[in-house]
Amino acid sequence: MTKLETQELDRDSRAPYREVGRSVPRLEGAAKVTGSAEYIHNLRVPGMLHGKICRSSVAHGRIVGIDSSAALAIEGVHAVITIDEVLTLVANPYYGPAFHDQPILAHGKVRHVGEPVAVVLAADPHVAEEASNLVEIAYEPIEAVFDEVAAARPGAPVIHDVLKPAGMFTDLKYLQGRSGTNVALDARVRRGDVVRGFAESDRIFEHTFRSGKVMHAAFEPIVSVAEMNGHDELTIHSATQSPSFVRSEISRLLGWPENRVRVRTAFLGGGFGAKLYIKLEALVAVCALIVRKPVRIALTMDEQFYTITKHGATVRIKTGVKNDGRMIARQVETFWNGGAYADIGPRVTQKSGFTAAGPYDIEHVALDNFAVYTNEPPAGALRGFGISQVSWAYERQADIIARTLGIDPLDFRRRNILREGRPHVTGTRISNLEIPGVLDLLSDRMEWDRPFDRGTGTIRRGRGLALGLKACISPTTSVAIVHVYGDGSCAVHCGTVDMGQGSDTVMAQVAGEVLGIRAESVQVLHPDTSSTPYDMGTLGSRSTFHMGHAVRMAALSVRAQLLEIAGRAFGVDPTDLACCDAAVVCGDGRRLTLRELMLERFAMQAGNVVGVGSYAPSYEKANPETGQSPDITPFWMLGGAGAEIAVDMETGRINVTKLVNVADVGRAINPSIVERQLIGAAIMQAGFTLFEEMILIDGQVLNASLADYKIPGFLDLPEDLSAAYVEIPHENGPFGAKGVGETGVFSPAPAIANALYDAIGVVVTDLPLTPERVLRAIRKAEGRPMEDD
Amino acid sequence: MSGEQGRTIPFMLNDRPVVARVAVYETVVEVLQREFGLFGARESCGQGLCGCCTVVVNGTAVSGCLYLAVLVDGAEVVTIEGLATGGSLHPIQQAFVEKNGFQCGFCTPGFILMTKELLAHCPHPTTDEIRHYLSGNLCRCASYLDIVEAVKMAAEAGGSTDRG
Ligand code: FES
Ligand code: FES
Repeated sequence: MTKLETQELDRDSRAPYREVGRSVPRLEGAAKVTGSAEYIHNLRVPGMLHGKICRSSVAHGRIVGIDSSAALAIEGVHAVITIDEVLTLVANPYYGPAFHDQPILAHGKVRHVGEPVAVVLAADPHVAEEASNLVEIAYEPIEAVFDEVAAARPGAPVIHDVLKPAGMFTDLKYLQGRSGTNVALDARVRRGDVVRGFAESDRIFEHTFRSGKVMHAAFEPIVSVAEMNGHDELTIHSATQSPSFVRSEISRLLGWPENRVRVRTAFLGGGFGAKLYIKLEALVAVCALIVRKPVRIALTMDEQFYTITKHGATVRIKTGVKNDGRMIARQVETFWNGGAYADIGPRVTQKSGFTAAGPYDIEHVALDNFAVYTNEPPAGALRGFGISQVSWAYERQADIIARTLGIDPLDFRRRNILREGRPHVTGTRISNLEIPGVLDLLSDRMEWDRPFDRGTGTIRRGRGLALGLKACISPTTSVAIVHVYGDGSCAVHCGTVDMGQGSDTVMAQVAGEVLGIRAESVQVLHPDTSSTPYDMGTLGSRSTFHMGHAVRMAALSVRAQLLEIAGRAFGVDPTDLACCDAAVVCGDGRRLTLRELMLERFAMQAGNVVGVGSYAPSYEKANPETGQSPDITPFWMLGGAGAEIAVDMETGRINVTKLVNVADVGRAINPSIVERQLIGAAIMQAGFTLFEEMILIDGQVLNASLADYKIPGFLDLPEDLSAAYVEIPHENGPFGAKGVGETGVFSPAPAIANALYDAIGVVVTDLPLTPERVLRAIRKAEGRPMEDD
Repeated sequence: MSGEQGRTIPFMLNDRPVVARVAVYETVVEVLQREFGLFGARESCGQGLCGCCTVVVNGTAVSGCLYLAVLVDGAEVVTIEGLATGGSLHPIQQAFVEKNGFQCGFCTPGFILMTKELLAHCPHPTTDEIRHYLSGNLCRCASYLDIVEAVKMAAEAGGSTDRG
């Protein structure tokens, strides 16, 4: 590689890369297929106790007594821990990323069915489980509220006496001290004059759309193990997506400096947002400190339904259009069912809420978003951070508007999309976003211009498409370290958690590209706060962009040092050298391998060359009154989907015959992984669209197990399923890349529902589109509703 | 485990004779993990629905989360750890690596063992046959399309022709 090419590698994103853009097979493949990959779920520590949680049976109530005597009488029970023991260690036992509202164990009161009230510890997990059924907890029930709209009304039973924003997110501070309300956050966006906009509209459309609660069901259960090191240090091994956050939160709770708390993780058997922020970590930590023994708590699949869910949401959307199909006014009110504890719900509300007008250029907009406490299990992040709840509304309504005006849905979108350089409703300009390109690709893949046979008999056919827009969350920070060891081999230390999305492989490719070495030869260390630097968390499709940048910068620093060493050895200027094929090469053909360079530098096989990279994009906080900010996100994400369905008019069953999932990815660092993310997201979202739904009655989950809560299997796959992406390098992305893990979930649900609408003109407003719901809608539309409708 | 409930059972584990002390209520997965440090069979749903816990008992794949350990008394048990020989991957494992038949990998040992059983019955399955045979295994990361490709590749590589 010539000098010019080396420099281009940084500047020109079209440079001929060797590692970036290559479908490197996942580095951990052999470990995963032999069953030897490390998961925290596998960890057993000598002397360890197993904890089994005793959970609330009521949705809202005061605890009037806990009787552990029968449990303690069981042979082998080591201890029963309640909030009383916790309080001896932690005076203020409330945690959470957005609000400090969640007690380590119920504190005087329970706020949802399944809330942890006590923990039984025993060396034998069967003993702990048996004894956990014997802990008697007496409650005095309090009136509860479950529906997000009802809970937001004045006069609803109040679930938290006072709001306690955590302080990590400065834009939540204004909520400090609010009381007498279940609205944990109200976030608004104002642009133009929506009243005038509606007055000037030719037609106005108003709908309410709902999304039910669904669950992550990551296959590795949520699991944490805590153990003491020496007298006053703590190690927490946890299946977590955010080790750095866990460390700071545990430090804060205990009043310890961060350097006495170590949090490490391994491969995650799926995350999807369920393992974010803090879940079991505070509980295992205090248990281990109280009994001075290692403690492990692993949830069963059933318990996970009571631990964290996706938000159910009610979205009221009102849109004013001109007869030519231009949308000129939009008002959206979104109520997010956050359950009993905020978790990251207020951020979901805020960050998805401000995208509720969709990827459209609308002059007059008013968006109001309410994060609402209810007496249901807590809701948090689930792949997409709330985007699919709002896209469900705006993309469903788009097709209703288009059909009413007699405009083709694709054409309707083309007339309204945000073009490059136009301000989004938040005021931040749309940049590096290929909305037209994604629409073109969709149109192409769906063969939208071809005539489509909708059928006439019992089986009707339809096709639909949809888009979804997200602003990657901001501000966040990633730090990485790249090492070259004495033998010339290379390792990346970074806090990004590989939970199946392939981040280890991608980070190896980034480092490998800069250093001129094969990704397969790069070791990526798993997060351990004692040796990997800070990362905000593996969430929100931020890792490739943020950590990718940090790794790239760390590698650039290493490369500069290697070129320096070689420059001295060759007696040439380092700028005349390049890293290539695991060596530094000179224009005249001389070369030194990395191993030789290390020998050159340290005179024996010794030493390290270390580079550090740190990345935090610019950000400007939105004005709380108007939601306006000139710099609200480091990158925009856009997904699109097209669906063809067949619906059985007699049973209401939808068969998805074709599903195309499309995204703007900036640049695909690993094309195969990108495709798999989009396909995996499409299937997961198809489950949420067609059948996945937590059935809650009075806060009790009636289907808290995979037996009753069905997730997609082989027989549920769309017949023709594919992914495609648009690749226009993002000017600020590492090698032009953007995140993609979530992009695939924004659009499949409305695309499938739009196809249903295209097939039979029936509007179904609530997700999922179960046969029952669809059949009821068909029967209603035919004027012969089901008897109980 | 309380003494009177315990039993000592000999069985073949990945071609080696072993003996384990087990409680009558313990499952195969628990015993493989506790006594033998084998974590390739792992519990997720705990209800026989996902297949993460698959192990092969006397040539038949079973859900190790439900299968009581006492029932493997005298049986031949094969786990995912028994597939690779002498440090080289079994052709099915190789195919899963090459076709990226996994993301998080938590379900993967189960899929591989079921594939092995499928190929033993049906060395050249069609896509439909693969989908139906593996429909009792779930993958939340939804690597299904790649799994089908992996199974086909393994079939071509003669994944059925070996022990177990
Ligand atoms: S854990 Fe055994 S089948 Fe799911
Ligand atoms: S690869 Fe994650 S569950 Fe299958």
